[in-house]
Amino acid sequence: MSTIVLAIFIPFFAAAIIPFLYKYVKNIHVGWFAILVPTALFLYLASLIPTISSGDVIVQTMNWIPSYGINLTAYLDGLSLTLALLISGVGALVILYSIYYLSSREALGSFYTYLMLFMGAMLGVVMADNMLVLYVFWELTSISSFLLIAFWYQRKRSREGAKKSLIITVSGGISMLVGFIMVGSMANTWSIREVIADVGTINEHVLFIPAMLLVLLGAFTKSAQFPFHIWLPDAMEAPTPVSAYLHSATMVKAGIYLVARFTPVFGGEAVWFWAVTGVGIFTLFWGSFNAVRQTDLKALLAYSTISQLGMIMSMFGMGSAALYLGYSTESVIYTGSTFAALFHLVNHSTFKGALFMIVGIVDHSVGTRDIRRLGGLITLMPVTFTVATIGSMSMAGLPPFNGFLSKEMFFISTLDISEASFFGLGSWGILIPVIAWVASVFTFVYSTVFVVKTFLGPYKEEKLEHPAHEPKPGMLVSPIILGLLVIAFFFVPNMVGKHLITPAMGGIFPTFAAEGADLGQHIHAWHGFTPELVMTIGVILFGVLLFLTRKYWAGVYSLFPEKRSINTFYGFMLNQIEEKSTLITNKYMTRYLRDYMVYIFTFFILGIGGTFIFTGAYKFTLPENASISNFEWLIVLAMMAAGITVLFAKSRLTAIVLNSILGFGIAILFVLFRAPDLALTQMIIEAVTTVLFLVAYYFLPELDKEDTRKKTKNINLFISIGVGVVFTAVALGVQGNRAFETISSFYENSYELAGGNNMVNAILGDFRAFDTMLEVIVLLIAGIGVYTFIRVRTKKESDQIEDK
Amino acid sequence: METLVTILAGVLVTVATYLLLSKSLIRVIIGTAILTHAGHLLIMTLAKLKTGTVPIVGEGNPVDPLPQALILTSIVIGFAVTAVSLVLAYRTYQELGTDKLDKLRGDPDE
Repeated sequence: MSTIVLAIFIPFFAAAIIPFLYKYVKNIHVGWFAILVPTALFLYLASLIPTISSGDVIVQTMNWIPSYGINLTAYLDGLSLTLALLISGVGALVILYSIYYLSSREALGSFYTYLMLFMGAMLGVVMADNMLVLYVFWELTSISSFLLIAFWYQRKRSREGAKKSLIITVSGGISMLVGFIMVGSMANTWSIREVIADVGTINEHVLFIPAMLLVLLGAFTKSAQFPFHIWLPDAMEAPTPVSAYLHSATMVKAGIYLVARFTPVFGGEAVWFWAVTGVGIFTLFWGSFNAVRQTDLKALLAYSTISQLGMIMSMFGMGSAALYLGYSTESVIYTGSTFAALFHLVNHSTFKGALFMIVGIVDHSVGTRDIRRLGGLITLMPVTFTVATIGSMSMAGLPPFNGFLSKEMFFISTLDISEASFFGLGSWGILIPVIAWVASVFTFVYSTVFVVKTFLGPYKEEKLEHPAHEPKPGMLVSPIILGLLVIAFFFVPNMVGKHLITPAMGGIFPTFAAEGADLGQHIHAWHGFTPELVMTIGVILFGVLLFLTRKYWAGVYSLFPEKRSINTFYGFMLNQIEEKSTLITNKYMTRYLRDYMVYIFTFFILGIGGTFIFTGAYKFTLPENASISNFEWLIVLAMMAAGITVLFAKSRLTAIVLNSILGFGIAILFVLFRAPDLALTQMIIEAVTTVLFLVAYYFLPELDKEDTRKKTKNINLFISIGVGVVFTAVALGVQGNRAFETISSFYENSYELAGGNNMVNAILGDFRAFDTMLEVIVLLIAGIGVYTFIRVRTKKESDQIEDK
Repeated sequence: METLVTILAGVLVTVATYLLLSKSLIRVIIGTAILTHAGHLLIMTLAKLKTGTVPIVGEGNPVDPLPQALILTSIVIGFAVTAVSLVLAYRTYQELGTDKLDKLRGDPDE
């Protein structure tokens, strides 16, 4: 029984059921059903910790498209398990929180359906071993994120934020897919494990570096790395539980997961090292630098998330250096960076999740998240304040909270790497700890801003929508649990380190693990007066200084005005693409049927006629003709005359009479061609059609003379003759050259095979009865269409619920 | 006979194409009806004409029954198409007051 594969699908099943529960179970908040799923998953996954931490992995396969080697292989190692626990654990807490956050007037059915979709997709991303399956789940997370950001779709900003995040993450996803296909074609397998196993054979391939860059593009867009970070602040339009869950704790970690997962493939290359470390460390700085200027609490947290993601990213980059050096006692030092990255990944989810929930509580309570209007909430919301302080201090890297531990480890890593001499680190390496330290100072500043501006200072009730008060206790449960975890991880960090992170390290450095290296680290809170502790003390000193002198140096932000930001560039680019493509489209999409017909017919003439002329494939032998009697001459010539006269018909009655002549002429021809059934049908249909035309004419205007210009008329005539000539030529050519014998002789046994003497009827009613049945359905649809056209009137005005 | 009927079909296709390119919705609909006729003649001719008796068992050597079955289906479908387009034209004229396709261009913002 593939229980792990099933675990991926349980949220999807839940997503299918929730709308019904929402509709039919009215007196219970539907969130209480939804919360069962992540709770059960978390408990199940937690029960697997002993297996995984002993170094085992669990692999289960469910066939999907085996002929292309694409199967749903769930692969659970320490790395996957760590993330899966985050997804289900934070998921459960967020749903609990959302039950109190979202009022029952909201579209809760859709909300929890999207949330379940996301949860399933995210579990799929971290557990999939097949690259193409991973890609499918990856895009599913983008789509569910889009749906959740646009949850309040009546707001313009929500819609725009959703669109932006979708465009950026999906573009990255596509490039990642291309990268995957390159990797797959190099390694001849779609399985990530198998790619890792024979990485030695592909790293000389010419596509190796392009594939790496494309995969990285996917990771960077998803994890909001500079310059793709611009979607994350806009995504804050989502309901706060969504921001806490998708846009800080889980989905944005997918890019980091991807980098970690592919480190054994690409790590050890200088390009990988510099791309991941460089982008990460710059994002760390840029995010923290911009977070300080934000006035919206959620925007502040969004930039802080960008910054923290950059920090984790850079640690994975620095850790990959170990793979370049190969296994030795010196190189193992660098793996400490990866260890710190994984540890911070967990820590960040705890404190940032708590902080987002706090912002939601404040917003819920006083109706604003603008720090210029907030202040003095400490006495009115003491519990909220306490949790906010725990989260912020952890974010700033202060003891006794888990952020301190991972921040210290980060500093150690930057110092270690700056002393290295490979990859050109000798000259540039020193920049890494410097930027990291500066960014950390800003991190300290915005963490302080978060607490001080919201909770200290004067209380300005006149600026608030509602007076401040503590929320319902239920809303506080989740942030308190996360806050407690923040403290717990500080005091017993090695529980996480030993059972989750050390096995995860084995997945990132499989070659080292095979050598028997001890990749685990023992995390100490105190390790003497080391350089990293000095750095932390420096961060606090300068942080306090910068915080106090904030208004003197705030002018520095005017160097980066909105007009020259990446956001403006993105908007400009999008507008240009839209404008230019509309312009081009409008050139040929004239919304005039004749023009479209001209395109079609010109293509017919050039495509078919041209092909015959250029390839010389046309072969024409006059078919053996049956004899023509005088009567037949008469009919055919009369029909030709009638056909041509239609063009000159002045009145619509003449036109329809001429059309009837054609129809009845064909009926006579059918008689002559030994087709009595056709003749009968044609006669009936032609009579009905004529009547129908006459009835319709009662309601339609007279045919007036076409006021078409002479030139257009000539073009029309030219095209018509061209089509007629090509058609005749093809028809004659086909008749002269038979490629194979007719299959009709099969039907000549109609009496034995179908019990009918009339072969045509036997074909329609027996041999091809399904076709006839579908034809009847077509008639039915046409009938419904006719009825609808006549009967149904559209409402002139539809209700507008969206703002512009 | 086959060549003659093919040429007839060619003439009808020419006429139909010209009508399809015109401005008036009624002409376009008549054009589709004539195009259907031309198609039927083509299918009929492809199987050779007048090579035997009617396709009924026991009448001797029958002509090819397959094109006849195809055409029978097509006649009915052609009728449905004509009916729907006529009603569409009727509603268009009623709602918008014109049957001229160059005036029926819609709103560029839609």
